[in-house]
Formats: sequence, structure tokens, C-alpha cells
Amino acid sequence: MNAPIALAELTAAPMNWERGTSRIPFAVYNDPALHTLELQRFFYEKHWCYVGLEAEIPKPGDYKRTEIGERSVILVRALDGAIHVVENACAHRGVAFCRARHGNAQAFVCPYHQWNYALDGRLRGVPMRHGVKRDGVVQGGMPADFNFAEHGLTRLKVAVRGGVVFASFDHDVEPFEDFVGPEVLRYFDRLFDGRKLNILGYNRQRIPGNWKLMQENIKDPYHPGLLHTWFVTFGLWRADNRAQMVMDARHRHAAMISTRGNAGAVTEVSRVSSFKQTMALHDPRFLDIVPEPWWNGPTAVMTTLFPSVILQQQVNSVSTRQIVPDGHGHFDFVWTHFGFEDDTPEMTQRRLRQANLFGPAGFVSADDGEVIEFSQESFEAKPGHRTLVELGGDEVADTDHMVTETLIRGMYRYWREVMAR
Amino acid sequence: MSAAIGFEDWQALVQLYADYAHVVDAGLWEQWPEFFIEDCVYRVQPRENHERGFPLATLSFESKGMLKDRAYGIRETLFHDPYYQRHVVGLPRLLGEADGRFDVEANYAVFRTKLSQLSTVYNVGRSLDVVVRTAEGLKFARREFIYDSEMIPNSMIYPL
Repeated sequence: MNAPIALAELTAAPMNWERGTSRIPFAVYNDPALHTLELQRFFYEKHWCYVGLEAEIPKPGDYKRTEIGERSVILVRALDGAIHVVENACAHRGVAFCRARHGNAQAFVCPYHQWNYALDGRLRGVPMRHGVKRDGVVQGGMPADFNFAEHGLTRLKVAVRGGVVFASFDHDVEPFEDFVGPEVLRYFDRLFDGRKLNILGYNRQRIPGNWKLMQENIKDPYHPGLLHTWFVTFGLWRADNRAQMVMDARHRHAAMISTRGNAGAVTEVSRVSSFKQTMALHDPRFLDIVPEPWWNGPTAVMTTLFPSVILQQQVNSVSTRQIVPDGHGHFDFVWTHFGFEDDTPEMTQRRLRQANLFGPAGFVSADDGEVIEFSQESFEAKPGHRTLVELGGDEVADTDHMVTETLIRGMYRYWREVMAR
Repeated sequence: MSAAIGFEDWQALVQLYADYAHVVDAGLWEQWPEFFIEDCVYRVQPRENHERGFPLATLSFESKGMLKDRAYGIRETLFHDPYYQRHVVGLPRLLGEADGRFDVEANYAVFRTKLSQLSTVYNVGRSLDVVVRTAEGLKFARREFIYDSEMIPNSMIYPL
């Protein structure tokens, strides 16, 4: 264990848990030392983190710069077509040499001293390695025992499934399929069923809240039919819809599965104040929903893969949402919207229109970032307090309804195992 | 300037940009769609998507009706922290004019002020616009805000 981690271990705030994980101490969102430990234990070891889609780097030499936790990495397709992920830090002086966010390259060259790396991270060239000859005498140079093999870029382990690329700094990480587990992998494969993906574009937002709050937001089926007027009014997500909450065996990942029900109908759940019975769209094309064969029923499946990504299917809108922490109190949220190779132009247009519901300005999603910010405000102001996630009791188990906070409790059961807190 | 227009047209164009900024800064959301023709395009798009040819936009509306739906959303459905926004818009740069249609570009900066907080730079970029002559004066047929800002500070509720 390295020194900063050991120090963080000693100084991280003590935790006071009650009733399992149904009361979450504010301290889990607040503490820089704890955050350092989390980065190590969730982002840098034993976990697979999302880095992108194969379709973002279709050609040999294509690369994309991104982050795992707070470390800069490059997703690249080598000249032989193989996909690699390397750390964006020169082995010489640590320079984060890759500045473009995407591009095409034959090699990576650090500008400082022109150390040259193959796209798979192997060191290929060190200027003046053998010194410089003047007046017949060789001056300087690297030591005779300088070993190129020891000084490449940090190479990450890579897993590609269904066109989605995950990477891990930890080469002893379990296989990706075991990491996700069969329960949730089913829903991963439903979305990424082998069809080629078309990138539709990106949205980027910086949310002033702890990164775990976004995982919790998409493990919380309680709020969508309350906070999001569009969901409850148009029946896209409401408490009386047919639904399932599914977790992996360790409760770190989850899928929230829902099937659209009573659009507009007045029932028990439509008495919430956000339901607007008379609301009608001036332009109904926002909700021009066309069922697709691959759905096999559910109209929405929101999958959380801990710690780094959310996979979205909300009717015809599909995206990945990457979580990039920046200190304990902020994270960047990067949306990559996509479609499939067999989409008609009309379906592409439909996905783009429905994208108005999601993202930083979305009719639905914009207010998620807002409430996360307001939660974080209280955590900072009142560090000794705790949140309450007792809807459905204090147990952790799959359900066939959405009137529960079991997925959040499950996530913190796992968090406590890993963090030993 | 690649096109020369008469002073009256130029004055009307500058007035249109000034009036638009006033309405979106004053929060007059019901008036905002009236700057557009029925069959209009309104988009707010990251520069990254624009330059790489990706069609996704942060907001992408294709009719005046969609703008009305947004105005309703701001008032009734989008829960958000209230804020002031303030546009500073450069002089319109006329790219072309033909048959009562003006192609225009304008730089803009929008500052955001949340209650009890400091003012911050919220969103910066340029708009790519098509302005057309109508019986009610000049209107936008197309407004595309292409923003340089790499991150949206949490959310975007109000239209630029």
C-alpha cells in the first residue's frame, strides 16, 4: 500500500451506520481522505471502468482521451486493429502528453523530450539514449542497463463486449463477465447485442456533488415518477408501471427495468403534484415512440455499472453516461448518445428528438443534477447527519416493483465491504 | 461583411438581436417562441459535436411548438434552482443575404447569477442564424448556438 493511501486510511472520517445501510452517513460524500481511498479501491483496483465505445475509434490509429477516476487514459486502436488503453503520463517526466481529445496517430510522442511510444504503450525511442559524440568522445546518454521494456506507458487491461470498452489498471481483476455477473449482464447484452453502433454525439456537464450520488440517482426508482413531471404524466416511469429491480450477487451493479403503463390515466399514483392531467405537447414528436424488436418488452432499462457508468435505454433514446470524479464534491458526467447500424434515418431522427428528454438540459434529466447539487450542499453543512433510504424496509433484495430503495442499500452494503467502514 | 444591406435592414437586424437577448434575459418565456417562424430550428450544440459532424445537440427543437413546450417546461415541469442569465451579444456578422433571407453569425457570452452567489461565466460561443422577412418583421428561421464551453455547469434550463 502506498503512503497516500495509508495516510488516507488513517485520517478518513469514522462512520456511524444504523439499520444496515438504510441510513447513509453524510460523511461518505464529504471527506477528501475517504475520496482518495475510494479512487484506489473502486477506480484503480479490482474494478472495470468504462472508457468508451469501439465506434469512437473505428480506424487503426484512432484514439480518444478520457479518464478513469481522476487519471487520464487513452483508448486507442493499434495499427493491427487491437484495442489498447494506456495511461496518459510519459514514463520519463510524467507529462500528460496527449492534449487532443481525439485523433489519429501512428505513435505517441511526448513533446518534452520526444520519448516515443507505440500505440500499445511500449517505449520505442529515447533521444540521445547512447549519448552525443563530440570530438570523438561520447558524452552522456542513458545508463547501459536502461531497459525499454521497463519504461513504457502504463498499460491497462482491456475488455470489449458488444462494442463497449472497459479497462482496469489492475491486471489481476476478475473477467469482465464475472465482474458484472449474469443477472445484470443479461441487460447489458440486450442493449449491446453485437450490432455496430453509430455515435450521435456528446453532452458534458459538471455536477457539484459527490460522484456516488449519480449512481444512487439511477438506483432510485422512487424519484422518477415524482421529480420528473414528464415521466409521470406521459406514463414513461411511474410507480404503478410493471417493473423489476435486479442486482448482481454483490449488489454493486443494478438494472431498473420498467414497462410503460397508464399514460395519462388518473390512478392512485397520479395524485402526486407533478402529475399534470391536462398537459399536452404542442409538438408530440418529442414522444414519437416506436417499439423496437430488441426491447423484448421493457420500455426503459437503466443499468448502473459500479463505479463508472450508467447505460441508458429510455424508449428510443440510448446512451452511455460516464462518471468522472473530480475531488469528493464534483464529477463530470459525459453522455455519449448512439444508434445502431440498422437504424433508418427516421429512427436516427427519433433518437435525436427524444434526446431532448435527457442530458444536462433534458426535460427529464436536468433536474437530477439540480437535486444532487442540493443534497451535497446539506452534506457539507451538516457532516454529522445521515440520509434515509428505507423505502421497502432495510433489506437488500431484488424486487418486482419500484416502490423501494433497495438498490441504494445494496450499493452501500458493497461499499462497506470494500471500504471496511 | 460579404453582403451589403440597407441601413433599415441592418437596424432591424440589430434590433432583433437586442430584443431577443432582452426576452431571454428577462425570463419572458412565452414571448421567446414569437421570435421564430412556425417551421423553425433551434439548437444548442457543443462545438465538439458541430465540428465533428455529430448531430446530437443539448437542445434540439424543430418547430415553434417545441419551443412552446420548452417554455411550459421551464414554468411547470423542470425543477431547478432559479437563476438570472445575462447575454452579451456581439454585433451580428452578416454572412449572406438573398431574397429576404439573412445568414448571420454572432458571438455571445452568457453570465449566470444564482441567488446568494457570485456571477459566473455560464456559456460562451457563437450563434449561426437564418433570419427571414415576414409580415410581422424579421424572425428567426434558424438559431444554432454552438458553444465553446466544454462543460455545462450542472444544467441548462433556460434557452440561450
